[in-house]
Amino acid sequence: MSLDAKTVLKMARLSRLGLSPEEVSTYQKEMQGILGWVEQLNEVDITNVSPMVGTDLARARLREDLVTDGDCQEAVLSNAPDREGPFYTVPKVVE
Amino acid sequence: MSAYRIQGETGEWEVVIGLEVHAQVVSRSKLFSGASTEFGAEPNTHVSLVDAAFPGMLPVLNAECVAQAVRTGLGLKAQINLFSRFDRKNYFYADLPQGYQISQFEFPIVGKGVVEIELSDGEKRDIGITRLHLEQDAGKSIHDQDPTRSFIDLNRAGVALMEIVSEPDMRSPEEAGAYVRKLRQILRYLGTCDGNMEEGSMRADVNVSVRKAGEDYRTRCEIKNVNSVRYVVQAIEIEAQRQVEIWESGGTVDQETRLFDHIKGETRSMRSKEDAHDYRYFPDPDLLPLEIEQSWVDSLKAALPELPEEKRARLEKEYGISAYESSVLTAEQNIADFYEEVAKGADARLATNWIMGDFFAALNRTGRSIEDSPVSAKGLRELLGLISDSTINGKIAKEVLEDMVETGASASEIVERKGLKQVTDTGAIEASIQEILDANADKVAEYKGGKDKLFGFFVGQTMKAMKGKANPAMVNDLLKKLLDA
Repeated sequence: MSLDAKTVLKMARLSRLGLSPEEVSTYQKEMQGILGWVEQLNEVDITNVSPMVGTDLARARLREDLVTDGDCQEAVLSNAPDREGPFYTVPKVVE
Repeated sequence: MSAYRIQGETGEWEVVIGLEVHAQVVSRSKLFSGASTEFGAEPNTHVSLVDAAFPGMLPVLNAECVAQAVRTGLGLKAQINLFSRFDRKNYFYADLPQGYQISQFEFPIVGKGVVEIELSDGEKRDIGITRLHLEQDAGKSIHDQDPTRSFIDLNRAGVALMEIVSEPDMRSPEEAGAYVRKLRQILRYLGTCDGNMEEGSMRADVNVSVRKAGEDYRTRCEIKNVNSVRYVVQAIEIEAQRQVEIWESGGTVDQETRLFDHIKGETRSMRSKEDAHDYRYFPDPDLLPLEIEQSWVDSLKAALPELPEEKRARLEKEYGISAYESSVLTAEQNIADFYEEVAKGADARLATNWIMGDFFAALNRTGRSIEDSPVSAKGLRELLGLISDSTINGKIAKEVLEDMVETGASASEIVERKGLKQVTDTGAIEASIQEILDANADKVAEYKGGKDKLFGFFVGQTMKAMKGKANPAMVNDLLKKLLDA
């Protein structure tokens, strides 16, 4: 499977990453390698096998509807690169 | 009802509308974390490290949110899927810390259902529900506090939403408005969403396309985040008109996401969403499939409250009210409760007329809602009781109600204090009538000469002389007797 530069740029845009032309060709090669490796799975015949997202024995565990968390504003904001009062801030994004 | 059509230069156009309504689930804590959902808290306090997507944090599903989705599905007469699954919907935005929204894509918890809407002329239509799924809300971006930065509050991030998707079954702005109102009413009755559109608890994405009669669907546009019934109606009118103009001038409508600007009265393209449809959904590896038991669904069903349609039918039957009256009285559950508390064991017709007339007028005048009504149901029932047992007449009762609204006193206290008790003493009424007849001998002669209309005049004069307190039926009877004597 071949991965063209256009697809790499699209992935970058969806991930909000800016890539230089050199980086595009680097990532193109690297992602190509990953895809090629994963593609080996195509050799397995999975006709009539439904995708597995868990085991038959396990189902989602539910919790009770109780307030047991939150009220940790300082911790929430601790990693913010920039903050203002009770908010974290980002470069302006407006429609 | 005559069909809604847009008159273009090339003929008539039909509008096709489908809605995606996002309804915030009523629950104490968030969909996947134990942080509070309470509205209006200090920014970033109702946030857990799960909501803020700190590395290594894992989501754990809230059972009540699942129950609320099932209840809503049952209220929409929809199929409940015992197996459902959570997927990641990937997109980057500053108020979405995870970089994806946990949603249900391939296997939603609720499948096909139906909502019956009623239009202004009483015509009823069924609007199909495609599905309902659970998902996380995002945080809030505040853009107007700083020239170069947006401020982010994550209090809402991770709160459970139900996305309710309709079939493209609506054909006019009015139908879309009626659908949103009906959906809101059902959710409020069920207690699964508070329906508060101003606070953003309910918002709609509106899909609009236009076509000539008999055609297949043409390209649709999606208008995002419309937050009132009025704006839903306006946005559709404006967007449909825009599309007609494009088609008629030889252009083509592009499938895109648009924004409704109610100030400028236009919709415009949200170019930033160009790539947004590439969400790259995949099953969330942090969450196992959700499997629920039929017996649990049955127990939730058994505990459902009476829904608007059932309530209407029952009220019409039990209290003999009209379709119009039942629709007004069941618009909100607490109005219906109030009505029943008054009407039960009282004269139902009297209760209906008074609640829909003088009582609603009093609420309007004082700017109060039924929750903080200045008159309790019990108080109103007492007042109506005084009419029924002839203690006071209807005209005096209006005066008493006004006093009740103003002073908060009970009806009997007011009647006592002001001496408003109806006079039912035959002698006293007769004496008063006789005085009127004596003072108006000329009119009595005219009446006897065939001018029947004067009867009303004598009634009026007698009531006036007795300060409105005479029993009107007795005045009529006695007056007739004395005049015809």
